[in-house]
Amino acid sequence: MIARRRLITPRSAQALASVVVWGTTVAAVVILVLILVFVLGRGLPHVGWSFLSRAPVDSGRGGGVLPIIAGTLEVTGLGVAVAAPLGIGTAVYLVEYTHEGPLTRVIRFGTECLAGVPSIIFGLFGFVLFVLGLGLGWSILAGAVTLAFMTLPTIIRTSEEALRAVPAAYREVSLSLGASKWQTIRKVVLPAAVPGILTGIVLALGRAIGETAAVIFTAGSNLPRLIPTSLLEGTRTLSVHFYQLAREGISAENAYATAAVLVLAISLTNVAAYAAMNRFMRRYR
Amino acid sequence: MILRSGVVDRTVARALKVLALSSIFVLASITFFIFREGAPLVYRVGLGNFLSSDWHPTAARFGIATMVAGSAAVTAGALALAVPLGIGCAIALAEMAHPILRRILKPAIEILAGIPSVVYGFMGIVVVLPWIRGHFGGPGASALAGALILGVMILPTIIAISLDALQAVPRTYREGSLAMGATQWQTIRRVVLPAARPGIVAAVILGMGRAVGETMAVVMVAGNAVQFPHSMLDPVRTLTANLALEMGYAAGDHRAALFATGMVLFLIVVVLNGVAGLARGGRAKSGGEARR
Repeated sequence: MIARRRLITPRSAQALASVVVWGTTVAAVVILVLILVFVLGRGLPHVGWSFLSRAPVDSGRGGGVLPIIAGTLEVTGLGVAVAAPLGIGTAVYLVEYTHEGPLTRVIRFGTECLAGVPSIIFGLFGFVLFVLGLGLGWSILAGAVTLAFMTLPTIIRTSEEALRAVPAAYREVSLSLGASKWQTIRKVVLPAAVPGILTGIVLALGRAIGETAAVIFTAGSNLPRLIPTSLLEGTRTLSVHFYQLAREGISAENAYATAAVLVLAISLTNVAAYAAMNRFMRRYR
Repeated sequence: MILRSGVVDRTVARALKVLALSSIFVLASITFFIFREGAPLVYRVGLGNFLSSDWHPTAARFGIATMVAGSAAVTAGALALAVPLGIGCAIALAEMAHPILRRILKPAIEILAGIPSVVYGFMGIVVVLPWIRGHFGGPGASALAGALILGVMILPTIIAISLDALQAVPRTYREGSLAMGATQWQTIRRVVLPAARPGIVAAVILGMGRAVGETMAVVMVAGNAVQFPHSMLDPVRTLTANLALEMGYAAGDHRAALFATGMVLFLIVVVLNGVAGLARGGRAKSGGEARR
């Protein structure tokens, strides 16, 4: 039998496909890396001690970002502190207390949906409920609770993964020694899962730091004092500050510098989180 | 003692159940408040007004059709860029790359997903807008600019989820195909991709959801004009941009109309997530069978 001659042989198709597929990979990676290089390359030279240690002058034309860094840490720190117990509690319940059923399915679907809700919707929601409804005004508290809701899915998912990674034998041994279920969770499972849970918290923090739309309508964009006297004071996070600088064209130099601080902070946070997760997961493999 | 720990156990279980409902509670209250603010306005001004292309809040005309078109234009453009690049990249990393390369690139891409949207928007302003002005003329701020920036932004999402889907395909599938003499590309195209399709579909839909919901980057580059785009070079305003731009000063019916805009956005995104969830659910089932 004579094979029909084909224009495209399997071998040439293979070669062509590898070229295309590798081409897309190189393009994707180059674009993403270029963004990082561009922002850091233009921004880092302007980031010095004076930028990090001074307050902004003339709405950001000069000076630095110190009170804004403080404001960012207050809003995001408080937000994640609110989200962590909720998220970890949810994860413990899902992993330790139930079997797959309608309830877990509903909870999972709710978490997935929440993860997909655009940040501007969280902003609207926080604005109408906390800023107006509860009369908190544009404040650290309103921004923090809004961010807590937004980061909840991240913390739930990562904590769930961490708890599932703890080998069943740990629980069995503890239970067989007569410990109660809660004792087992508190003294055995949770300590073993701590590194993984911390990863989730750090990831949530990174996400919160990078957020703009949800924060600008809840924490506002007032330049903060270095040390706020109350949680009801308005503040401005780094992302919001950067948005103002970039959009209003206030100062290119300070915009690049702020972007560099922002990107560096978030990238380092994420690198640390992933590295920790990796080591943690390997321990139980 | 045993009795006491039993009581503690039950109390803890109950308390945790309440905590576990927190995400449902948050989702429900978001739905409630957005709809409570937005839905009465749609009812009051009529669906015809609300879905018209006439957005003049000062004259009580609240049509969002142009914004829906704007969101559709930038999202479609973003997908046109990100889907081929993202899936191609995922195929290369899952099927052809050396494991070491994959171990470096996968987390690197996930970390890049954390770059804040304002930074992407800024990149748009300083790089993409001048490029469009130089090559196509016009102001630069346009649907095209929004699509390019959004496409890059959703790239990590699409790569990461597609990669997961491809890696979840059992190795025996590939081995079986290769053992019968198929080339690597034939194996990928006829065996691996079909098996991973639900996950890849979910990746595309979730990327789409991210593009529809993205706000700050789009506000910065898309021009924000309330009009139907006739070409990708026209400035457009998305649903999200409408919220971000006008929320600061809106009051009364105008603000209610913005919440109604948010309501539409929320519905779109929840539906997309639901569809993605269904697609992935299908994968989990067939994956379970495959693992016998």
